[in-house]
Amino acid sequence: MTPILAVALKEFQDGIRNRWFISITLIFSLLSIGLSYYASAASGQIAPPSLSTTIASLSSLSVFIIPLIALLLCYDSFVGEQESGTLLLLLTYPISHGQLLLGKFLGMGSIITLATVLGFGSAALLLGFNSSFAAVLPAFSLFILTSILLGLTFVGFAFVISLSVSEKSKAAGLSLIVWLFFILVFDLVLLALLIGIENGVSQQGLVQLMMLNPADLFRLINLAALDTGDVNGVLAVAVNSSHSAMTLLLVMLGWVIAPLLAAMAVFSKKTI
Amino acid sequence: MSETIILLEQVNKHYQKINALQDIDLRLEAGEVLGLFGHNGAGKTTMMKLILGIIKVSAGNISVFGLDPLDKQAWASRKKIGYLPENVSFYDQLSGTEVLTYFARLKSAPKNQIVELLEKVGLADAKDRAAKTYSKGMRQRLGLAQAFLGNPKLLLLDEPTVGLDPSATQEFYSSVDQLKSSGASIILCSHVLPGVEQHIDRAMILSAGKSAAIGSLQDLRDAAQLPVSIKTKGINGALKNNAQLAGFMVAHNHLLVPESQKVQIIRQLMEFENISDIQVEAASLEHIYQHYLADNKRSIEQESKL
Repeated sequence: MTPILAVALKEFQDGIRNRWFISITLIFSLLSIGLSYYASAASGQIAPPSLSTTIASLSSLSVFIIPLIALLLCYDSFVGEQESGTLLLLLTYPISHGQLLLGKFLGMGSIITLATVLGFGSAALLLGFNSSFAAVLPAFSLFILTSILLGLTFVGFAFVISLSVSEKSKAAGLSLIVWLFFILVFDLVLLALLIGIENGVSQQGLVQLMMLNPADLFRLINLAALDTGDVNGVLAVAVNSSHSAMTLLLVMLGWVIAPLLAAMAVFSKKTI
Repeated sequence: MSETIILLEQVNKHYQKINALQDIDLRLEAGEVLGLFGHNGAGKTTMMKLILGIIKVSAGNISVFGLDPLDKQAWASRKKIGYLPENVSFYDQLSGTEVLTYFARLKSAPKNQIVELLEKVGLADAKDRAAKTYSKGMRQRLGLAQAFLGNPKLLLLDEPTVGLDPSATQEFYSSVDQLKSSGASIILCSHVLPGVEQHIDRAMILSAGKSAAIGSLQDLRDAAQLPVSIKTKGINGALKNNAQLAGFMVAHNHLLVPESQKVQIIRQLMEFENISDIQVEAASLEHIYQHYLADNKRSIEQESKL
């Protein structure tokens, strides 16, 4: 067995053992099934919600929850092992820094990926049976794919945090700050820019700014694919931009890789 | 005939302002057991980390199995190295078997060795329990089993007997002897290990990052010229009256005699008719250790005065 696989397998088994996997899957399926049936209540209708309402509500909720779960799952992945001394021991084994990092990413990434597919997939199945699969599948596939990318991005962020500090509690605090920044602060600043400076930011410029935030990208991709009638707020401006979904997906993929490279750079400079 | 496993030449390591190691020379042959002693912060762990290839030397040369331990080619030889860190708590939620399985996979060690090792360190009964339920001694045993994975040719053991009960310590030393006779080189690292004397070939005493002494225990003992302690029973006060013996007296019935005069003094003591018991003790490792540490401190003080 290659070292990468050995590490990945261990991390994956850990995720199953400490019930992270089952919890995430349950949260995602409850969230998506619940919203599929009751989202209409929020918009003041009694009729069963349209698919686009469901996806819109799901993405605005997931954008909070997925990053939080990814950070919680992984913030102690390195600093925890450093505190218990196993990181030092692992580094004396025939495994390189890169292999260890990649192994952990594969293991924890699989947990998030599988939980997303099963959790949100269950809602897609239910909706499909009640309406038509032809409509549900494309919308949900895009949603699940972007959810996975968003989760993996924050796994990478968690790795950078976990490698930069030497105490678990600091890693936890820093994770919370990172989460707050990307989910709340970033959008508030964008809004302030839009309102505060007249003609300061063009529509094109706004989209480009949003590419600096994987969470915004996630919303952008999902909402752009919907009927724009269900979208409001800052996003409504951005959604009508000319970027194709493919470009945005590629940028999101870049957001998965960039934190990993950063984590690698931090890891190679780390003294243990 | 014997092959050099570790070679350190004028090795220096400093962190920002602290000189962790200065001008260390060491050659370790195959099948040799070295005791590495020193106070807290003397540089023992730093030296191990250098040999393991976790940190880089600031100056000097280091080679392990003939290669720089940080070299990409040295990767393969890591499978031949076993390491027991000073403070390690293994993955709490995993059982002993699972912990060893993980490390065996990383080291590409054969799977059947896991059961064997768990039995050898006396964890066979607890192998399916989560490691968090283990006592300090059991954790230490698990750590040892981990270090023995893959039949290592070089073992670095940091405080290996901490937390072990006397019988487990005995078993540990017998595994050390076994590994040694199978040709493995071992570095035992400690403040002072009780009962380690018979199991090490040479000792190295580190003090404040410098090598205070290195050599076989006999060499160190000779060089230190530490006296032999002789305790007698039954003579009751007659020692005082013998002018020659009285010179060596440190307490009632207790003499400290230079190694060279030991036999002569014992002969003299035997002439007392009422002597009922005699205890002769050569300077222990602890005495040697204290001697060299004090020696080193004096020379440092002298240096600072100059």
